[in-house]
Amino acid sequence: MPKRVAIVGVGLTRCSSWRRDVSYPELVYEAVSAALQDAEIGPEAVDAVVFGSMDPFDGVNAPERWCVDACASAGALNKPLLKISTGGTTGGSAALGGYYHVASGMFDVVLVVCSQRVGETLDAQRVLNTAVDPVYERGFGVGAITVGAIQAASHMHRYGTTEEDLARVAVQNHDNSANNPYAHLRFKFTVEDALASRVLSWPLHLSDCCPSSDGACAVIFASEEKAPKLAKQPAWVRAAGQITDNYFMGDRPWAEDWDSLAILARRIYRLAKIDNPRREIDVAELYQAFSIQQILEYEALGFCEKGEGAKLVREGVTAMGGELPVCPSGGVLCTNPIGASGLIRVAEAALQVMGKADLRQVPNVKTALAHAWGATIGFHTLMVLDREAP
Amino acid sequence: MTTEQEEPLIVEGRWDIPYRHTAGKAASRFLRELKENKRIVGIRCPKCRRVLVPPRSFCERCFVATDEWVPLPDRGTLDTFTIIYEQFLGMPPPPYCVGMIKLEGADTSLMHYVSGVDMSDLEKGKQNIRVGMKLQAEWKDEREGRISDILYFKPV
Repeated sequence: MPKRVAIVGVGLTRCSSWRRDVSYPELVYEAVSAALQDAEIGPEAVDAVVFGSMDPFDGVNAPERWCVDACASAGALNKPLLKISTGGTTGGSAALGGYYHVASGMFDVVLVVCSQRVGETLDAQRVLNTAVDPVYERGFGVGAITVGAIQAASHMHRYGTTEEDLARVAVQNHDNSANNPYAHLRFKFTVEDALASRVLSWPLHLSDCCPSSDGACAVIFASEEKAPKLAKQPAWVRAAGQITDNYFMGDRPWAEDWDSLAILARRIYRLAKIDNPRREIDVAELYQAFSIQQILEYEALGFCEKGEGAKLVREGVTAMGGELPVCPSGGVLCTNPIGASGLIRVAEAALQVMGKADLRQVPNVKTALAHAWGATIGFHTLMVLDREAP
Repeated sequence: MTTEQEEPLIVEGRWDIPYRHTAGKAASRFLRELKENKRIVGIRCPKCRRVLVPPRSFCERCFVATDEWVPLPDRGTLDTFTIIYEQFLGMPPPPYCVGMIKLEGADTSLMHYVSGVDMSDLEKGKQNIRVGMKLQAEWKDEREGRISDILYFKPV
C-alpha cells in the first residue's frame, strides 16, 4: 500500500526571456531556498532530491551536476539525487518522482526541483528538432509548434473551432498572468489584437504560442506523518499518474482528439473517486504551450463533450470567476521554462489548495488538477491535489 | 560597495558535434527502395494486419516482429497539415507546408512536405492546401537513399 503524501512547500522564481542576472545554479538556488522557506525547514530536513530538466536546452548536458550544490541536501549534505527528463512532461514526471519516493515509505521529505534556461539558446525550435528521429522525420523542420498547429488545423476541420476561439484562449490567459508576479508575459490584449498578430505556423498566430522562458521551480513532498507538522494546510496528493502514446505522429493521426490524455484522465479520476470532473474540480492548471491545446484538454479531461472546448472559453466557464477556472497563473502560454513548466503546474495547483495564490487565488479551492504534456504530444502527467487527505 | 547595477558578464557557447545514426533494418530497406526502385514500401504486422509506414521491425501494439513488405502507391490523402510562415533559425525558409499523408493501402500516415502549389501568402495557402485532398509524390532525379528522395507531395 502506498503511503499518503502531501505537498508542504513551494518555491517559484521570476521568469523572463533571459534571466541575465543569475547563473544556472543561482537560478536553482532561488527556487530551492524559496521552497525551504515556504515549508520553514532547513536543507538538513530533506531526505532526497529529484531534479528535472529537458536537456540540452540550456546548452549544458546533465545540468543536475552543475546544480547539485543548489539542490540543498544533494550537495554538501551528501543526500541522494535522481534526475528525470521526459521532454515537456519533465516537471510532471519529476513531481511523480517525488511523490513515488515518499509514497514508497522509504523517504519522509523529498525536494523536487526543475529548471530550464530556454533563453540561453538563440532558437528553441532548433533544439526541439533534435528530439525528432534523424532517419525519417528530422528533416521536415518539425518543432513543438508544428504539432500544436497540426492539432489546431485538425480541430478546426473536424469541429469548426475558429482562429477567433484560439484568440479568446490567449486573451483569457493573458488576463490571468497579469495577476501572477512569477509569469513571463504580463500584458493584456484583445481578441482583435491577437488575430492581427502574425501567423507563425497556420493556424497559430504569435499570440497562440508560448514564449521561451528562463525559470525554475521547487516543490517539497512529505509523508503523512511529517506533512501536518510542516504545513498548516498541506496539499494532499489524491491521485497521480503518467501515460505514453506512440512515437510516430502518423500512427495517431486523429490530432483533433487527445485520446491518451482522455485515457489517463479516466484512470486518475477512478483513483481519486471523481465522477463529475467539471463539478468536483475547483481549479485546473493545464499545460498549454499553444492556445488550441487548452481546448483539446478541456475535452480530454471531461470538462465538456468532444468538439465543445471552445464553447467553455466563449461562455467564460474557465475564466477567473467562472465555474471551473483554468490556469489562474496564465499557464504555459504566458511562461514556458520547458522542463520546469510541468512542475510549475503542480506548484500553482498546490498554492491554490493551500490558499496561498495571492491575487490569482480562486476562492475556496478544495480540489485542484495539474497537467503536463510532452514528447511531441506523446506523454501526459496528471496530479490531483486536495485540501483533505485521501 | 556598488553604486550602480553591475552588468552581468556573458560567456558564449556553441555545440557542433557530428553524429552517425544507424538507420536499422526496416528503415534501411525502406530507404534503399526509395533510391533504387523509386518505390514506397510499408510493412505489415502478422498479427493485427496493419500496414505501417514508415516501416519498422516490430509492431508496437502486438509487440511481434514484422517482415511482410508491402509495396504502396506513391499517392494518398492529406490527413492534416500546417503551413509555416516564420523563419526559425536552422529550419527551412518559409513558407513551407508539413502534412500527414495517408498513402493508399497504409494504416498510418507519413510526415512529409506538401508543395507544388502557391502558398506565398496565407490566403493562397489555405485555398490551395486542404484536409482530404489527393496528393502524389514528386521524386528527386538523383536519389541517395534518404526520405528526401521524395521532394514533396503535390496535389493531383
